[in-house]
Amino acid sequence: MIRLHQVSKTFPGSTVPAVDRVSLEVPAGEICVLLGPSGCGKTTTMKMVNRLIEPSSGDILIDGRSTSDCDVTQLRRSIGYVIQQIGLFPNKTVEDNICIVPDILGWDRRKSRERAAELLDMVALEPGAFLHRYPRELSGGQQQRIGVLRAIAADPPVLLMDEPFGAIDPINRVIIQDEFLKMQAQIRKTILFVSHDIDEAVKMADRIAIFRDGRLVQYDTPDNILAHPASSFVSDFVGGDRTLKRLQLLTVRDAMLADPPRVRAADSLKQAVATMEEHGHQTIVLVGPRGRARGYVPLQAARGAAGTVGENHEALPTTIRPNEDLRTAVSTMFRHDVSWLACVDEDGMYLGYVTLRGITRLLSETYRDG
Amino acid sequence: MADGVRPMLMRLRRNGVHVGVFLLGAWAWAGGLLPGLLEQWDDIAFLGWQHVELVALSGGAAILVGVPLGILFTRPRFRRAGDIALQVLNVGATIPTLAVLALSMGLLGIGNGSAIFALFVASLLPIVANTMAGLRAVPPPLLEAARGMGLSTRHTLFQVELPNSLFVIYTGIRTALAINVGTVPLAFLIGGGGLGELIFTGIALNELGIMLAGAIPTALLAVLVDFIMAQLQFWTIPRGVNPLR
Amino acid sequence: MDILDYIISNWGLIVTRTGEHVAIVGVAVALAVLTGVPIGVAISQNRRLAEAVLYVASMVITIPSIALFGMMIPILSLFGQGIGYLPAVIAVLLYSQLPIIRNTYAAIRNLDPALREAARGMGLTRGQRLREVELPLALPVIVTGVRLAVVMNIGVTAIAAYIGAGGLGTFISRGISQTDPRQLVTGALAVSLLAIVADLALLWLQRKLTSPGLRTR
Repeated sequence: MIRLHQVSKTFPGSTVPAVDRVSLEVPAGEICVLLGPSGCGKTTTMKMVNRLIEPSSGDILIDGRSTSDCDVTQLRRSIGYVIQQIGLFPNKTVEDNICIVPDILGWDRRKSRERAAELLDMVALEPGAFLHRYPRELSGGQQQRIGVLRAIAADPPVLLMDEPFGAIDPINRVIIQDEFLKMQAQIRKTILFVSHDIDEAVKMADRIAIFRDGRLVQYDTPDNILAHPASSFVSDFVGGDRTLKRLQLLTVRDAMLADPPRVRAADSLKQAVATMEEHGHQTIVLVGPRGRARGYVPLQAARGAAGTVGENHEALPTTIRPNEDLRTAVSTMFRHDVSWLACVDEDGMYLGYVTLRGITRLLSETYRDG
Repeated sequence: MADGVRPMLMRLRRNGVHVGVFLLGAWAWAGGLLPGLLEQWDDIAFLGWQHVELVALSGGAAILVGVPLGILFTRPRFRRAGDIALQVLNVGATIPTLAVLALSMGLLGIGNGSAIFALFVASLLPIVANTMAGLRAVPPPLLEAARGMGLSTRHTLFQVELPNSLFVIYTGIRTALAINVGTVPLAFLIGGGGLGELIFTGIALNELGIMLAGAIPTALLAVLVDFIMAQLQFWTIPRGVNPLR
Repeated sequence: MDILDYIISNWGLIVTRTGEHVAIVGVAVALAVLTGVPIGVAISQNRRLAEAVLYVASMVITIPSIALFGMMIPILSLFGQGIGYLPAVIAVLLYSQLPIIRNTYAAIRNLDPALREAARGMGLTRGQRLREVELPLALPVIVTGVRLAVVMNIGVTAIAAYIGAGGLGTFISRGISQTDPRQLVTGALAVSLLAIVADLALLWLQRKLTSPGLRTR
C-alpha cells in the first residue's frame, strides 16, 4: 500500500509549488495511474515516492512505514522503477541487467539467474535466445519488457512506472500493455503509473489520479472519472468521447438482459408472437433442445403467419460472449448492421441479449446517479 | 556537500591567484630570471623574432599546402588515394617531432632549411587530416541539396563543403600550430635558431638565468599563439557552423 | 648500410635505451591515470570547476616540453633532482593530465541521462553507479585518452634526453652533436617505431576493454 499524506514540493528558486498538498492512497495490488498534462506534477509526485525528488513537506508511507525514515538506497532497492527511456545498461547482458538489484543486494547469483529466465518466459521471450544478448540487439518493445523485468527482479512490493510504454510504437504498445496486465494479475504489485494518455489510463488503471497545476483534482475509478468528471478541466481532459471510452470499461454482462423468454423449434409462430407481445419484444431467439442459440424470429415477419418456428426462423448474424466489453459489442452491431446481439457462453448456450438501447440506457443511468 | 565546497573553492581560487603570483615572482627572482631577462634582453628579442619567423614560415607553408591537399584527397577522383593518405597520416601523427627533426637533418643536413622543412612536415599532417575529416563529415543531404539546386562542383566546394567543415579545418590548424610552436625550440638543435638557443645553452652551461630567459618567453609565446588561434576560431567562423558559439 | 651495421652492433644499447624510455612513459602515464581519472570523475559533478581544471590542463599542454623542463630545473634543484629521471616523469605526468582528464570527463558527461536516472532509481549508490555503469561505459574513451597521452609523451621523453633522462632520445642528441647520421637515424626510427607500436597496442587494449554490448558490428 502506498499512502501520500499532504505531500508538497516546491523547487528551489520557484515560488509556486510543483506539487501542492497531494493526498492519495493506493491499495495493495492495484494500479494507480497519475494522469495529467505535462508540467502538472504527476512525475514529480511519483519521483517523491522513491525520493529521487525529496518532498518539501508531507509524508509518504509504504506499507505503513514513512519513506523518510528509510535509508534512501535501501528504499529504492525495495521499489521497482521503470522509465520511458528504458535505461538498460548497454554494457550488461539482458541477464545481468535483470539481475542488477538482486546482485547488489548480494543474493545468490545462480538463483537470481534462474529467476531471470523465468521472468523472460513470463513475457514470452525465449530465455535461451535472450539472456545473453545485449540491449542494442533488441527492439524497443523487447527492451522495455526487459526494463519491466529488471524492475520486478528483486520482487519489490511497489513499482513506479514513468510513462513506461510512451516510446513504443502504437501496435506494440497495445501488446505490451496487455502482456503487462496479464503479468500484474499474477504478481499483484502496488503500482504508481505516470501517463498522459487517457486511453492508456482507462485501460491500465484500477484508479486514476488526475493532476492539474500540482494539485490532485480527482481520484477515482476509471469508470467514475469518465461518468462523473469532477470539473470541466477533467471532462475536457478525458475528452468529448469519454462516454465511448466508458464502453471499454463495461462488459456485455452489465448491459445484458438475462434469461429472456425464448422459443423452441416445435413452437408455433402464433405462440412466438404472443410471447413477444407479452414482453414487448421485437424479436425472440430460437434455442435448441439443450438451450443453444439457433436462430431468431422477428415480430414483423411472424405476425399473422402460420407454421412452426423451426420452419420459419432466420439465422443469427453473430453472437457475443458476456465477458466482452461493450465497445466490442457496439462495434459488432455496427459491423453487422443490427441493433441487438444474442449473448452465448463458450458452449453456445443462450444467456440473454444486449440491445443498443439497453447500452444507451445503462450509460445514462450512471450519469443520472451522479 | 556542494554548498560547503563552492565558497571554499572560490576562496581558494582568489587566494590561489595571489599566492601563485607571489611564488612565481619569488621563484623567478631566486632562479635569476629577472636579472637574467634584463641581461639577455637583446638576445631574447633577436632570437624571439627568429622564433616567430620559423613558426610563420613553416606554419604558413603548411596551411597553404595542407588545406588544398586535404581538399584534393576528398575529391571523388582521389578517394582511394585519400583513404591511403589517412592511414599514412594516422601513423605519421604518432611519430615524435624530435624524430622528424632528426630525420630532416639526416636528409638535408644542418641549417635553417632543414629546420623549416621538419616543422613544415610536422604541422602538415594534422592540417591535411582535419581538412579531410571535416570535408568527409559534411552531411550528405547538404551535398545532395546543392547538387539538386544545380550548383557546380566549384560552387558546392566553396558555398557548401568548406563553410560546413571550416570549424574542423581550423581545429587542425590550431593543433598544427601548437605542435609547431612546441617544436620550434628544438629547431636550434639542427641549426634553426630561435629561443631554443637560450634554453639549450642554459642547460648545457648550467646557467639558469639564460635557460629561463629562453624557456619562459617560449612558454608564453606558445600559450599566446594558442590563445590567438582560439580567438580566431571563435570569432571568424560564422555562428551557424560554429559549435563554440 | 652503415645504419644497419650500427643497429646490429649496438642492439643491446638500443634495448637498454628503449627500456629507459618505457620506464619513464610507463610510470608517468600510470601515475597520470591514477590522478587524472579520479579528477575527471570528480569534476563531472561541477561544470564550472570542470571548465577551470580543463583550462589549466590545456594551458600546461601548450607549454613546449623543453621550456617546461627548463622551468622545472630551478624548482627541482632544491631537492637535487633538477635533471634526469624525475623531471622527465613529472613533465609526462603533467602533459598526460589533459587527455586523460578531458576524456574521462567527456565520457561521463556524455552518458545517457536515462542510465543515471535508472541506476539511481534502482538504488545504486554513487560508488556502485560508477563501478557498474559509468566507468565501464566510459572506459573506451578513457583508454583513448591514455593512448593520446602515451603517444605524445613518447615524443616528450625523447626530448628529455637533453636533461639527462636517458631513453631513445640519447641516440638523437648524440647523433646531432656528433653529426653522426647512424645514431641520428637509429634514434629517430626507434622512437617512431616505439610510438607506433604503443599506439597499436593501446588500440588493441581499447577494443579488448570495450564491453561487447557497446561494440558496433
